[in-house]
Amino acid sequence: MEALGLLLHGFAVLLTWKTLVLMMVGLVLGIFVGVLPGLGGPNGVAILLPLTFTMDPTSAIVMLSCIYWGALFGGAITSILFNIPGEAWSVATTFDGYPMAQQGRAAEALTAAFTSSFIGSLVAVLLITFLAPMISSFALKFGPPEFFAVYLLTFCSFVGLGREAKHKTVISMSLGLLLAGIGMDTVSGNLRMTFGSPELLRGINFLVAVIGLFGISEILLTMEERLALRGHAASISLRVVLGVWKDLPKYWVTLLRSSFIGCWLGITPGGAIAASFMGYNLAKRFAKEPESFGKGRIEGVFAPETAAHASGTSALLPMLALGIPGSGTAAILLGGLMVWGLNPGPLLFVEHKDFVWGLIASMYLGNVVGLVLVLTTVPIFASILRVPFAAVAPMIVVSCAIGAYAIQNAMFDIWLMLGFGVVGYVFKKIGIPLAPFTLALVLGNRAEDAFRLSMIGSGGTLKVFWSNGLVGSITTLAILLLFWPAIDSLLGRVGFTHGTRATSA
Amino acid sequence: MAAAPAFAGWEPTKPVEIVVAAGAGGASDQMARMMQAAIQKNNLMKQPMVVSLKGGASGAEALMYMKSSEGDPNKVLIAYSLIYMLPLSAKIPFNWRELTPVSVVALDQFVLWDNRAGPKTVKEFVAAAKAASSPFKMGGTGSKREDHVLTVFLEQKTGAKFSYLPYKSGGEAATQLVGNHTEANVNNPSENLEVWRAGQVRPLCVFDKERISYTTKVTDTQSWADIPTCKEEGVDVQYLMLRAMFLPGKVTAEQQAFYVDLFHKVTQTAEYKDYMEKQALKPIFLTGKDMVQFLEEDDALNRSLMTEAGFVAK
Repeated sequence: MEALGLLLHGFAVLLTWKTLVLMMVGLVLGIFVGVLPGLGGPNGVAILLPLTFTMDPTSAIVMLSCIYWGALFGGAITSILFNIPGEAWSVATTFDGYPMAQQGRAAEALTAAFTSSFIGSLVAVLLITFLAPMISSFALKFGPPEFFAVYLLTFCSFVGLGREAKHKTVISMSLGLLLAGIGMDTVSGNLRMTFGSPELLRGINFLVAVIGLFGISEILLTMEERLALRGHAASISLRVVLGVWKDLPKYWVTLLRSSFIGCWLGITPGGAIAASFMGYNLAKRFAKEPESFGKGRIEGVFAPETAAHASGTSALLPMLALGIPGSGTAAILLGGLMVWGLNPGPLLFVEHKDFVWGLIASMYLGNVVGLVLVLTTVPIFASILRVPFAAVAPMIVVSCAIGAYAIQNAMFDIWLMLGFGVVGYVFKKIGIPLAPFTLALVLGNRAEDAFRLSMIGSGGTLKVFWSNGLVGSITTLAILLLFWPAIDSLLGRVGFTHGTRATSA
Repeated sequence: MAAAPAFAGWEPTKPVEIVVAAGAGGASDQMARMMQAAIQKNNLMKQPMVVSLKGGASGAEALMYMKSSEGDPNKVLIAYSLIYMLPLSAKIPFNWRELTPVSVVALDQFVLWDNRAGPKTVKEFVAAAKAASSPFKMGGTGSKREDHVLTVFLEQKTGAKFSYLPYKSGGEAATQLVGNHTEANVNNPSENLEVWRAGQVRPLCVFDKERISYTTKVTDTQSWADIPTCKEEGVDVQYLMLRAMFLPGKVTAEQQAFYVDLFHKVTQTAEYKDYMEKQALKPIFLTGKDMVQFLEEDDALNRSLMTEAGFVAK
């Protein structure tokens, strides 16, 4: 097969000591930026980009993409240990990862997260290797109605499949949509809800909100209850790792499903965030005991991590093949490519084979090396839990503040983060789920733009959402999922009586 | 190559931030990164230069950021026509006269593009647009901005009707045209370059009074110079967009002079020249009085276009 030959060529380009050293350096830097909440992949890559200007393009992209992999791995660490998502797509990982850490299964959860990251990325890289040309043309099929249908599907799956009371999910989602409307409206070119404040011009940054809602509110709750991080670091050993790996085959459906969702949403720029939520929700939906999710179930870590990483990796494909970055980090990498004189686009695969296949080969290698690296450092990260809360809490708050500030270099964002911390605390107290809120905040704008562009294009008729097979089936699926509980009971499947009776803890 | 800063006066003592009023990967970002690379590779400045993306609120974020950085000589904005348009359309409290002008470094072109499967000439395109049962969809970047203004003038000059679809970036407008979700766009050359080279879109005409000067073949058969002007094709619409550097207000003359010199050197580098040709930009270097005069005239022109198009907020 041609792809195989090219891939081997890519490995040949790659296997030099210099490249391998750059790879390790990139991974370590990446894990570091991934662990700091808010700093994350995009900022890490942006800060380190100028370092690579003097390198040749292949070495440079290897180093940068390894920073990217490192950040992907690192994002899971704070989600599990402190309930603070290091990256936006790690939010869903906190749902079960953090309870696991509280039960003293931190090492197990971390191993699960890293392993599933690895699997997700691997599936996506395989896909990139063999399906690159076909996938690029699939992404081109997505116009405004298709994009809106995908966002609708994400929202509906949340309402229909969520564990929480429906009305609370809707309240939370609506508040998120409202806040997403702040700032410049792309479609009309007007400002909305900024009340003349220059700080509100740029809108509410999703990461700032997430750091506050999850991180700061968690600190507040812990302070109220008792001054200790609940749970102890498990003694991590090869035994734990092997134990998790031994159980892997049991979850093959979840892993496969999440990989598929991730690849799909990564290629159509729906993004890793939507993918991780969707992966989690579907895993819960199809589980035998859905009520055990959110209480420290290992599948609840596998599902979102696999999806997020499959998506994060496959997002590089539209970036290379079409010049559309599927994620923030992909966008920075895109800027890098141009500096090295490589223009992403349909011809990149033809004109710069060395580069493209070197990059793809580095995805394989970087992932394997990355997995070994993070697994061997798990004990170090897990030991953070043994430090007394009184010492760790101030450090967490400071690192949250640095993260919130670094996103846009704005002092205002730190106040916003603290404000969201209080909001998150109140929400947790009155049992309003946070996830729909954050999802709406991040996808609200895009969904609105896609909807309005569809309406302008179609002259205002909703029929456009059923105008071809692709958009029609996604929209129909979305509506089915929205009313899933009703449909489910209509089908007479008793046993599944979730829905109106909330079990939200 | 050993061009150590010859300037004896002021020099930055901190890393210099180059502020981009657009998202990652857009034309401004690419240009900023080209400058960053040109300065670093040719040792034009002792301090490093970092690119800072402030594309929030369609770029208004960058403008407000510059405005609030009065007296700070370590921030330089890479500006384009939004400095005239945003204050008019969205009532942003910003006036470019409050910043310190450094230099105009390039002029950007606009080209009318359609899908490869679409009509082959401007005449056929206009005829098809007029005959279409629902208006042709024209993709562009943002609302009430360059692309939107050009669309309105195309409508006025040709009598055809378009539905304008505002996307978040030129890159998005490009792929949406390739995917046949829109019938046309008026992207800058750089935004459509790759899809043109891949034969997925067709340039119909360029919105300038003369053809683009670059004659090197870009596709197998065509160079930038082969694209006719819209005027040649009977649609007399012209628009060029500035790419200019500004410092915040209230910096010293010495500080201003340092950057004038720096960006003048940038325009002499191979990186800059290469970039101009690749992205089909018009090289230009204006500073001092010439620049202010240019800006005043350009501002007046943009204001009249915006007013005529009905995009000025009341």
